Amino acid sequence: MIRIRWFTPLLVAPLVGGLALAATAPAPKSAPAPRLAKPPKPGALAEPAAAAQTGLPEILLKAVTPADLRASKEVIELGKKLFFDARVSADGTVSCASCHDPDKGFTDHNQTAVGIRNQVGQRNSPTVLNALFNETQFWDGRAATLELQAKLPILNPIEMGQKSEKDVVAALDRLPEYHESFMRLFGRPLNYDDLARALAAYELTQVALDSPFDHFLLGEEKAIDAAAKRGWTLFNGKGRCMSCHGVNLTQPLGTDNKFHNIGVAAHKQNFVSLAREALATVSRGTAEEIDRLALETRFSELGRFLVTKQQKDVGAFKTPGLRNVLVTHPYFHDGSSATLWDVMDHYNKGGVQNAFLDGGITRLGLSENEIDDLVMFMASLTSSRYKDLGQKELARQRQLSRTQRPDRDNTAALGKSPGFTGPLGDVPPNPTKIAKDPARIGGR
Amino acid sequence: MAARHKSIETKYLEDRENLLRKLGQLPRRSFLKVAAATAGAAMAKGLLPPHSFQMVEVAGAAPSKGTATTGLIGKPPFRFAYISDTHLYEKKLNERFIRAILKAVDDVNSLDPQPDFVFFGGDLAQLGKPGELKMGAEILKLIKAPVKMMVGEHDWFLDMGQLWQELFGPPSYSFDWKGVHCVVLMSVMEKDFWTARRMTPEERMHTVAGLDNGVQSRFEVGEAGRTWLKNDLSKVTHDTPLLVFSHSPLYKYYRDWNFWTDDADEVQAILRPYKTVTVVHGHTHQLLNNRIGNISFHGMLSTAWPWPYAPSGLPPLTIQMDRADPFDQFDGCGDGTFQVHEGGLIDGINNLWDRNPVTVKHSYLSSNGATDRPVPTKLPSY
Repeated sequence: MIRIRWFTPLLVAPLVGGLALAATAPAPKSAPAPRLAKPPKPGALAEPAAAAQTGLPEILLKAVTPADLRASKEVIELGKKLFFDARVSADGTVSCASCHDPDKGFTDHNQTAVGIRNQVGQRNSPTVLNALFNETQFWDGRAATLELQAKLPILNPIEMGQKSEKDVVAALDRLPEYHESFMRLFGRPLNYDDLARALAAYELTQVALDSPFDHFLLGEEKAIDAAAKRGWTLFNGKGRCMSCHGVNLTQPLGTDNKFHNIGVAAHKQNFVSLAREALATVSRGTAEEIDRLALETRFSELGRFLVTKQQKDVGAFKTPGLRNVLVTHPYFHDGSSATLWDVMDHYNKGGVQNAFLDGGITRLGLSENEIDDLVMFMASLTSSRYKDLGQKELARQRQLSRTQRPDRDNTAALGKSPGFTGPLGDVPPNPTKIAKDPARIGGR
Repeated sequence: MAARHKSIETKYLEDRENLLRKLGQLPRRSFLKVAAATAGAAMAKGLLPPHSFQMVEVAGAAPSKGTATTGLIGKPPFRFAYISDTHLYEKKLNERFIRAILKAVDDVNSLDPQPDFVFFGGDLAQLGKPGELKMGAEILKLIKAPVKMMVGEHDWFLDMGQLWQELFGPPSYSFDWKGVHCVVLMSVMEKDFWTARRMTPEERMHTVAGLDNGVQSRFEVGEAGRTWLKNDLSKVTHDTPLLVFSHSPLYKYYRDWNFWTDDADEVQAILRPYKTVTVVHGHTHQLLNNRIGNISFHGMLSTAWPWPYAPSGLPPLTIQMDRADPFDQFDGCGDGTFQVHEGGLIDGINNLWDRNPVTVKHSYLSSNGATDRPVPTKLPSY
């Protein structure tokens, strides 16, 4: 638990008959400095997925696939080729797949992304799997579509490092294979918009549902085991997960597509002064200061606030979908949780208290067994394509969770923290007594 | 080919390029003006939260034409913050409301510059218990600015205000602040419904706290209170701006829920001779505004929970808030600030915790809604 400097209520603690807990910082996560890996080659998992999958309402697929993007196989192939081509980057070392590797669930399994010249970004690479369903792209939702998303990392100085759209177009147009394909498929010379279109066309094929849980929802009682079923109950009840990550037959992805401060960024920040500084930068409006706002990395933790400038969005990040979450570790916008057990520990203690913490974040009082069940439920959201990787990953995370649980704080989770220190929250009088299984209300 | 959508980031980059291009062409003096104008424009669009990270005085601090005649020219503008209706239970029963008041305390403490004072709008406690009131008093000590207190019915009816008055002083008082006469008026008296029914203090408290029952009487300032008010105002000239605080609204909104002051008409009559009167009240836990004659009314937000709007009697000037998210304890709740302009004209700024802030300008109310209509808040849709 961290004591945040401006969170003063510590002083009141004696009144309610407790002692202030000593502030202990979470154990620093020791990781070697990340190095840029060789860009991966496309394997079986990189193939476009079948459009019809168990658990995918057809109407949903249609809704998110605009007519001009229902591309031909050839455009999809072109997009795939570009996706794996490191020549898109300034120095030929980074491809889209470097951070979105199909063999790693279209992520890089790094805490935060690594770009050209081993430059390390501030945010965890989100998966491309099912990204076509996202209402906005990026952790702060600053891009509306896959095409717009695709354009930005290419030009970002610490990701793919190209100086301008013109440079990218010129570099690729020089290659006969691209010069010719773009001309043939789009009927005009290679340009940045069509490049983004081709990449998006490939990404639109990365639907990944067809998980054991989808089969369970459609009536196969044995598709998931008893632990996952208990997890599903907790997910809809005591765990409060569904208030943001709702999963059901018509909304199968597990996100509300909104932005919440769940007290992750609070590990490191004094939000008030950081936000004030960011706004002051805008208010003075000098070139250097505006540049700082956009590029200086510590403002990154303000999340959605940088996009909307609204106080309620300070430290808020997009609710990611839960599909295939097992294979897209590490977790949260800064990759600060290594395992799903750590994620549950974070929520169980009610996040890290800060003045902008979302009103839905509260301690949960989950027991160890209940946490295990919730992880098993999340594991059941793994697509058939990722079954093997998922099994390996579950074993690895379980092993890891036995030796390190840096975010576990049972005192806070059970509401036994004395005084007002630590995460405050409220649970129903007896959260373990659920009159009726909410997972079954309105169900079969 | 044009993109189907422009992302926020693209728009931002374009804006930045434009701005930088223009800035390059400006001499230094004009540059400062542009920077200030940019900030003002951003504020007008509601882009910047006019609250915790306030970077400029609220736009429009100068009096508009026609108001310059309303007394007190040259008196400096000021700002005060409010926290209201915290309804604290003891911690072992409910941590949520404690978390909420602490959030509000953080909010007002992070105001820069600090407000002149922080007004507490009543209902500090849920059932007037010593543990609740004392804990509330301790929490309010964390506020850096001076705190002005008002009593609510939840603080009063267990011991008829005995402990509250020991902690905070008399329930009705007045003070002058930078040319504005401020009156805190105890408005939640009730006629004795308990003696004849042989109620215990706890039963009396629960009955009043229940609001929508027919047993209790309606809230009132009462004859003694009105006499006190008349006396207090007898020394105040009619062109002095008045700022009146009451817990219940000083008008008749909805009787069945006791969103009501029974002798509101009499109280309004006492206030009528004054040119500029603003009433700020608690109790109703919702965005609520009204204008009756010369009096503008602002309801304060609660930190604990939002009430729904009553089925009838809602003043038409109210900018209604849509339904709060039941999963989010902070939605529909908040705190706020009031900006007092030269001449005692007052803008209310409601800092809704999970929504965009809503500013209700004095001109919106005094024009009966003809100008400066606030932008209604709603849950964000994507």
